[in-house]
This record gives sequence, C-alpha cells and structure tokens, in this order.
Amino acid sequence: MTVHIPTEAEAVVAVLAVAANRYFGGTAVIEGLGRESGGASRQTWRFDAVVGGKRHELILRRDQPTRGKTDRERSVAIDRATEFRVLAAAHKAGVRAPEPLFELAAGDGLGEAFVMRRAGGTAIARKLLRDAAYDGARKNIASQLGEILARLHATDPATLPPLVRREAADHIAGLRRSLDDLGQAQPVFELALSWLDRRKPPPLDRPVLVHGDYRTGNYLADETGVTAILDWELAHIGDPIEDLGWLCVKSWRFGAIDRPAGGFGSREELWAAYERAGGRPVDPQRAHWWEVFGTVHWGIICLNQAWKHLSGSIRSMEHASIGRRAVETQVDLLQLLKNAG
Amino acid sequence: MAQDRPTAPELLTAIADFLREEATPALDRTEPRLGFQMRVAVNSLAILERESRLGPEADRREHARLATLLGRDGTLDDLNRELARQLRSGTRDECDAAMMAHLEATTADKIAIANPKWR
Repeated sequence: MTVHIPTEAEAVVAVLAVAANRYFGGTAVIEGLGRESGGASRQTWRFDAVVGGKRHELILRRDQPTRGKTDRERSVAIDRATEFRVLAAAHKAGVRAPEPLFELAAGDGLGEAFVMRRAGGTAIARKLLRDAAYDGARKNIASQLGEILARLHATDPATLPPLVRREAADHIAGLRRSLDDLGQAQPVFELALSWLDRRKPPPLDRPVLVHGDYRTGNYLADETGVTAILDWELAHIGDPIEDLGWLCVKSWRFGAIDRPAGGFGSREELWAAYERAGGRPVDPQRAHWWEVFGTVHWGIICLNQAWKHLSGSIRSMEHASIGRRAVETQVDLLQLLKNAG
Repeated sequence: MAQDRPTAPELLTAIADFLREEATPALDRTEPRLGFQMRVAVNSLAILERESRLGPEADRREHARLATLLGRDGTLDDLNRELARQLRSGTRDECDAAMMAHLEATTADKIAIANPKWR
C-alpha cells in the first residue's frame, strides 16, 4: 500500500480551495499555483481561482512562523493581519495597490496568510530601466510615484490598524542598536548617524502613514507605468518625507545614477508631482536628510542580510554576498555629506 | 613556503572564468534560478580575486593611517572600534579633515575590492 504524503503545494491548494469557496460563495477550482521569488520566511504564491466560470487572478501572502527572521526584522516588520488591514485602508484611499480580499483563518493551517488580487506588470528594475517595451512608461514613472505617494500619505488614520510611530530619533536609535548587535566597528556609518542625529527634523504634529519601503523593485509597472505598490510590511506612522528620501537612495537607481527618483526622473520632478497631487510642500533640506538616512539604513540592512547567513538563521550565499554591498553606501554617504557642506 | 603557481588570484580567476563562460549558460538553459545564483557566486569570486591582490596592502595602509590619526597603536579592529566610539560620542565629526581623508581613502580601497564599477 502506498501512502500519499501531500507536498507543500498540494496542501496549499487544498486550503485555498476551501478558503476561496468560503469567500466567493461557490465551488472554487485552484489553478496555476506557483511560488514567486522572495523570502523563505515571508512567502508569496500566485494562483488563479476559477469560480462559476469566472477566473480570479490572485496572490497568497503567507508567513512561515519564526523562520529566517532576525530580531530586528521581527521588531520592525508588521504581521500579516496588520499588513492586510493597512493594504485595505490604502486601497480604499485610492492608492494603486493590490486589492486585499480575505484572510485565512487560524484553523486553515497555513500560518498567518491573506489573499489579494494580482496586479499586472513587472517589478524587475533592470527591465523597467532598459527594455524597449517600457520606453513610454519610463517618462511617467517618476511623477506617478509622486502622485501615488501623496495619496498614500493622505490615507485616513482612522481607517488604519494600530501601527508603530517611528520618528527620526527612533530610526537613529534603531540603527545604532543594530550596529551594536552586529558587533562590527563601522566608522562611516557612525559618522553619518551622528551627522543625522545633530540635524534631525523635529517630530510632526500630524504624522502620516509611511510605506517604509517605497522604492524601485517594490512596485509593479507595465507599458503605461506604475500599476501597484507592493511590500507593505515596513509600514508605520511617521514623516512622509521618509518615503521620498528612501526612493531617491542611489542603490534604488540600479545604475541610472543621474535620475535620483528611483532611476526615472529628477528629485524636483518627483516633488512637484507629489505636491500637485496634494502632498505637503517638500522642504529640500528635510528631503536630503531622509536621503542620507535612507543610505545609512540600506547599508546597515546589507550587513544584517549577511548576518542572517552568518548567524545560521538561514543558509544563503546570496544573503552572505549582500554584506559586501554595504561599502557602496559608504561611498555614497561620504559624497552626500561632502555635498551637504 | 611559497605555493606553486597559479597564485591565489590566478586560480580564482580561472574558476570564475569557467563558471561564467561554461557553467552559467548551461544553467540558464535548464535552471534559470540557479543561473542567477551562479552569477552571484561568480561576482563573489571576483571580489575574492581582487581582495587577494589588493587586500593586504589596503589593510596595511588603513592601519598606518589609523595609528597616526588616533596617536596610538593596536590591532586594526581595536583602532576602528576606537574611531567608531569617538564618532558616536561626538568627540570627532565631519569637521576633522584628517579623519575625513582617512575615511575617503579607506572607502576607496574597500570599493576597489567590493565593486570597482560603483560610482
């Protein structure tokens, strides 16, 4: 007698069929299930649910509990249930983001998970920046990102789940803690963090929803431009300019270094679009502060990615090699501080 | 005792060339995900090749500069810890031209190993 032990994919299909059935109110057939690239701990699966002859193109976002996450990630990343509610609030506010549909129940056995509609387009920076198919889109993306961000920051706080408030000072303390945990002496990062500390912008009276990872690589775009903002797990409450600064960090230009707005346009183009769409006026000095902050932040994330491998929480050559990218941000920081005078 | 040739950089180059020119195209045809991982590996080997050529001298220069700057001796790690401590406490900052020149030189040596094309 042979006993069939279901593979992980078969188990996921079975759960999705029941859950989709419950949500759509009809027998759902699950087709084309496949893992998207991405983290070992935070999984993304694509699939279609066919219900009564209608095909729904969907995405499952799912957490494997406690695998491959550093303490720092656990402390800054929101859980799936919170991500679902942030996405729902942003989507309702008119942000171009995937429409969240339903959460899976604890009894479904997939861990923390939810299902959203699948948006079209690609997130691959290299294609968006260089392929002929996106020639037209490239002219639009910088201003679209500004417009979408204005809307995102205007999300009604009353519709949001409880989120951590993180101001400039909290961010600086967090990164210093991270350096201490890593136990390596990093003079350039210390220099930049002290520079930031002495110039930090005061907390805002009306902080807003901050996406927290708003950059090229984390949105989908097609031939017409941006279709959906992804990767909401670093959402928090804070300074809206944080998102504008992060988007302009040189590492997110993927080689198009003379176009600071994510590789697609000038800072001024981005800020003008942001203000036209209702965003608060951008103070260039404050934006520069957040760009410097974003650059240290990415540098220390590089060290942390390597640490995931070195500490044994995940074995990954790719993660290990990212540690050697930290110096790129050190080059950028020395340039940024020199230009700041 | 000197090893026979190839030297470490020569051997690393030979491995990287083989992986890039022969193994990667074969993987791209059959296992694109592994093809991507192989590019990461080839890139890392190129870092090691540059490090084996340039690293010892870069470390020596960094060590000498730090000793002069801090006015004391110690291991490279000790001295970097001391500089990091001074920068966090604010004892030194970006107005210290000699220190900034040291950080520029150290970073230039590091990026020449990790990613010489970065700008």
